[in-house]
Amino acid sequence: MSERVTPEAEEDPEATPEPEHEAAAEHEPTDEMDADGIATGATSVITALEKAGVTAAFGVQGGAIMPVYDALYDSSQIRHVMMAHEQGAAHAADAYGVVASKPGVALATSGPGATNLVTGIADANMDSDAMLALTGQVPSDMVGSDAFQETDTIGVTTPITKHNYFASDPDTVGDAVGEAFSLAGTGRPGPTLVDLPKDVTQGEAGRDPGAPRPPETYNPQMEADEQDVKVAARAIERAEKPLLLFGGGVIKADASETARAFATEHGIPVVTTMPGIGSFPEDHDLCLSWAGMHGTGYANMAITHTDLLIAVGTRFDDRLTGGVETFAPEAEVVHVDIDPAEISKNVHAEYPLVGDAGRVIDQLDATMERSPDAREWREQCLQWKEEYPMDYAAPEDEPLKPQFVVEAFDAATDDDTIVTTGVGQHQMWASQYWTFTEPRTWVSSHGLGTMGYGLPSAIGARLAADQMGDEDRDVICFDGDASFLMTMQELAVAVRENLDVTVAILNNEYIGMVRQWQDAFYERRRMAAEYNWCPEFDMIAEAFGARGWRVDDYDEVAPTIEEALDYDGPSVIDFHVDPAENVYPMVPSGGANGKFALTEDQL
Amino acid sequence: MSDADPAPEDTHVAEDAPDHGLKGPAPDERPHPEGRRNSQGIRIDPEVEAEPDVRQAVLSALVTHEPGVLARVSGLFSRRQFNIESLTVGPTQNEDYARITLVVEEPEPGIEQAKKQLGKLIPVVSVRELDPDAVCRELALIKVDGEHPDQVAAVAEMYDATVVDASAESVTVEVTGTENTIDNAIDTFERFGIREITRTGSAALERGPRETAAPHSE
Repeated sequence: MSERVTPEAEEDPEATPEPEHEAAAEHEPTDEMDADGIATGATSVITALEKAGVTAAFGVQGGAIMPVYDALYDSSQIRHVMMAHEQGAAHAADAYGVVASKPGVALATSGPGATNLVTGIADANMDSDAMLALTGQVPSDMVGSDAFQETDTIGVTTPITKHNYFASDPDTVGDAVGEAFSLAGTGRPGPTLVDLPKDVTQGEAGRDPGAPRPPETYNPQMEADEQDVKVAARAIERAEKPLLLFGGGVIKADASETARAFATEHGIPVVTTMPGIGSFPEDHDLCLSWAGMHGTGYANMAITHTDLLIAVGTRFDDRLTGGVETFAPEAEVVHVDIDPAEISKNVHAEYPLVGDAGRVIDQLDATMERSPDAREWREQCLQWKEEYPMDYAAPEDEPLKPQFVVEAFDAATDDDTIVTTGVGQHQMWASQYWTFTEPRTWVSSHGLGTMGYGLPSAIGARLAADQMGDEDRDVICFDGDASFLMTMQELAVAVRENLDVTVAILNNEYIGMVRQWQDAFYERRRMAAEYNWCPEFDMIAEAFGARGWRVDDYDEVAPTIEEALDYDGPSVIDFHVDPAENVYPMVPSGGANGKFALTEDQL
Repeated sequence: MSDADPAPEDTHVAEDAPDHGLKGPAPDERPHPEGRRNSQGIRIDPEVEAEPDVRQAVLSALVTHEPGVLARVSGLFSRRQFNIESLTVGPTQNEDYARITLVVEEPEPGIEQAKKQLGKLIPVVSVRELDPDAVCRELALIKVDGEHPDQVAAVAEMYDATVVDASAESVTVEVTGTENTIDNAIDTFERFGIREITRTGSAALERGPRETAAPHSE
């Protein structure tokens, strides 16, 4: 993939119309024109992005996308970050969007560039993250001929995008880009893609793109039916064990404030999903943290015993529900979601409320005449918090505990710190032992479970924070040794672009979560989960031009964290943690949430 | 641990916690509710658990007339494992739109899901499930051995079918009707020796002035 430029395409006289010199001479070059002063499909693409307010893009160059990059050369509005790998570009764009609350933009060339984006697009799709991918494509007349670096990108990405577009005309390509951007962030967010054949981006454009807007036929329902709201409000009023379940949709709808006010006003305990982390402050008395496979014991007890589950912006993923037969088995369900297809998809909703999370919570609040009488239930929830504490042992004669590293980082940083992760045990410890209080501070790969998400997403999150004027905010990436190995080349980007991110590798020299499952379910046959050799990540960091440390002992933890946070640039701390440590609580796949295991012998 | 370590209240380190695990009542020491849901996520009485009945539904989708729409629809049905009996697509009186008719067989929640997932596709303008009495027709071409052309023609008449091709060796008949009619016709033609069959899926419209799936409906 080092050689992406096709000489044939570069020299193709048909794909590169000679500029009409007289016409060109009449125009002063502007941002909307290419080097020859001609408005092209490519300049329309960039104009559309600028009109949409885009200020950052992440990508990798290549033959078929070169016209778009050439047009980007003249944009003073868009900062482009050249990534080491297209997967990194997709994750960075995804995370940028999560932090900045607007779609992130990723660029890649045709063929391998586009297929390398696929993991990141699929990740954004599973987590409903707004993102726009722009991919180069071979010239239109070569499509279908198995040309150099040709892939059916539309075909490949149709199942993993909210919608995708094949651009066919230089005059309208800018409109397609604007529409795709707008669609990505409207209604239930998701990734969109525009495939850009080289003749379309190189061709002369007769008009400027209009303002970005979603397709005319796309009109998501924002408010729930009034009658449905009334019926649901009555159910909440009479519930004896009401429980709020806040999903990622609460954060995506920027409804965290509304959701918090509703919970506290009506005294209803709150459980979140993993993507919903940050929607409600985890240090609040009503908060039971997150439920599901590795959720807290008290969250899973509450969800098992509630008589009315008020679920907002969640799709009832199997990692949350466990076996659906035993999920919230005593509860009627109020389900608020902007996507009607999520209602009763996995868990039947007696009270379906289709609409925007914030607007529907407001509707419910305005309709409720009294709060439920939940005093006993609240006391029960507090009692579960005491019965199932997240306390762990940290004996001096055993290796460093990973949970301690997470808590030490949390203690050393401010509440607005952004945490990104890879996928596996380290991700679970980060989400369990960090106390999140603000939305858009937890950036992780939930639905797809993409190892390697952590570092590139930290890069995207860093740029978003910087562009929002929050240069002082810390960005911490908790990574596993195996996750880090999958995308660590992006350290080159962090160093080159001087992006201040701190990577904390919780290194147990295992594919730890697989090892934990092998120990519990495969008779400790640790096939392809343990290394007999692991690189020295601190030295790798230094070789990239970042700072690197290795930590083995408790007394090195806090001083090293301090040093890394003080360093103005990318740094990596390789924490060698207890390889025998497991993630608990744990609900085995398909099991009952209320039967979570606290130790291996309970599995 | 040194002075620079996090304060004790910042961590969950506890001496009474089990090594490599957490404390608290074991699973069999906790209360567990009696309730259950079925595989569709619907709360049920565990004593009378039954899987919901599968039924057939005819869905009509008005879609924008552009390349790739059929692939989007068929891909959606295959990746979400919706059971599809037939799918037809064709242009409408408005050149901007095409109509897709789908016959699906699913339990009730699956039919709802299929409708909603279809509705999420951007090129799908509207989706409706048609009333059970809607006009549904499909067409079949049946090629049989040509030894008894007169008898073939007589059977064809029974089904309002037309002989559309005849040669010394074969006769091809065109039958139009409901899925049932065509199934019956094929059974009947089998006596002549069927050489080849091709069938379209169902095309369907609502009866009377009722709209099937219009740009402004649902």
